[in-house]
Amino acid sequence: MAEVAAPLGLLAELTHRCPLHCPYCSNPLELIARQQELSTEQWCSVLDQARDLGVLQVHLSGGEPLARNDLPEIVSHARGLGCYVNLVTSGVGLTTPRLADLVERGIDHVQLSLQGASEAGNDAIAGARVFKHKLIAAEAIAEVGVPLTVNTVLHRRNHGEIADLIATAERLGAERLELANTQYYGWALRNRTALMPTREQLDAAEPIVREATERLAGKMQIVYVVADYADAHPKPCMHGWGARQLTVAPDGTVLPCPAATAITTLELSSVVDTPLAEIWYSSSSFNAFRGTEWMSEPCRSCPRKETDFGGCRCQAFLLTGDAAATDPVCSLSPNRGLVDEILAQQPVVDVELTMRAPGRA
Amino acid sequence: MIGVEQRPRLRRGVRLSFDRVRQAHVLLFPEGVVMPNATAVAVLELCDGERTVAEIVTALSGTYSGVRVEDVQNVLARFVERHVVEVLGG
Ligand SMILES: C[S@@+](CC[C@H](N)C(=O)[O-])C[C@H]1O[C@@H](n2cnc3c(N)ncnc32)[C@H](O)[C@@H]1O
Ligand code: SF4
Ligand code: SF4
Repeated sequence: MAEVAAPLGLLAELTHRCPLHCPYCSNPLELIARQQELSTEQWCSVLDQARDLGVLQVHLSGGEPLARNDLPEIVSHARGLGCYVNLVTSGVGLTTPRLADLVERGIDHVQLSLQGASEAGNDAIAGARVFKHKLIAAEAIAEVGVPLTVNTVLHRRNHGEIADLIATAERLGAERLELANTQYYGWALRNRTALMPTREQLDAAEPIVREATERLAGKMQIVYVVADYADAHPKPCMHGWGARQLTVAPDGTVLPCPAATAITTLELSSVVDTPLAEIWYSSSSFNAFRGTEWMSEPCRSCPRKETDFGGCRCQAFLLTGDAAATDPVCSLSPNRGLVDEILAQQPVVDVELTMRAPGRA
Repeated sequence: MIGVEQRPRLRRGVRLSFDRVRQAHVLLFPEGVVMPNATAVAVLELCDGERTVAEIVTALSGTYSGVRVEDVQNVLARFVERHVVEVLGG
């Protein structure tokens, strides 16, 4: 295998606790409880080790990172090491004084999630009355003057709102808008039938996004992540498994991909008892799908194998039971039929959603 | 094409810094990390929103020989495209 490069990014999932109940949440169904969360000292040690390894970008996420009382300390520590610090938040509790303090300590950028374009739509998906808090957060972000990306996860219930979502993000002063079709892990997988957009919705979205992207060029950048199942090629597995980024879960479990707990056959390591460098370079989980040696046909002899890395390992495992299989979304996969079947079974009417649990005390 | 009288600067949320682990300059921004080459670093370090492109070329000529306006413009165009640099002035 070629020499393993140092990681650039760390996704620090500080907690799984969250005041929202998004049914599309990618967090695992088995949420990690508060008592299992790493302490402040442990998080600071994770950051030290990550920086020594080469990490330059730290995404503080969760659950809701603002639910951690020691967030200010963690921010100071990450920035003190020279990292670029991105706060990924639902915005609940992000008031001007609180944000001003966090920015003073070193937050470089905020990614704020919106569940919908209107109060009613947003709060129905979030399962909590939070839209007004998001507006307060956006005002604080504009006032304090930190760059903002708005992120909205798209699905059957809000796909028709894309034009309004774009207008709302503009109004909130976002520099970037990510419109990301749902990836089916965790709660999203549980709710897949109810969340999957229809072909008509996807077709209607394309021209709206294209027009807005052109119209807003230089003002607000729009990143549209297409719906995975509907494509002929799978989405790439990040920049490759164990190539650039690692995720640390609230309890210190280190994941090669944020969704990797889905692969039950993977033996995961933890920073609680193993140095991060050892996990990155030598663990079985990080080496499982590095490079292209592990691939079988049709990927092994496919010219796209360095582009998409055979697609998503978690999806391959969830749909076929084999994490080393070609992502079944790929039209060349012998299992593409599984995806077509899911697409064909789309309900004619809206199906009920199972809301995400709040996390355990 | 970026005009010689325009004043480039790093966009808000973009930082140019030195990584002691890689012993290299790095550009940090929301979407990722870029390792600019030596020429790009020399140009980016002068992008303060005050200097014009022409002034940047003059400043670089003090240290390097054979600096061409087009090369500086090309470097800047690449970073504008990546949402790293913005230019002020018409
Ligand atoms: C899990 S959330 C945690 C941070 C915070 N609670 C929030 O929602 O912004 C991290 C990011 O992933 C996005 N996200 C959540 N579930 C997703 C899914 N199934 N597919 C794609 N993106 C998802 C959220 O919109 C958010 O931007
Ligand atoms: S429930 Fe929503 S707000 Fe909370 S972590 Fe999940 S995606 Fe973020
Ligand atoms: S066969 Fe494998 S490498 Fe080729 S396009 Fe499909 S998933 Fe990608």
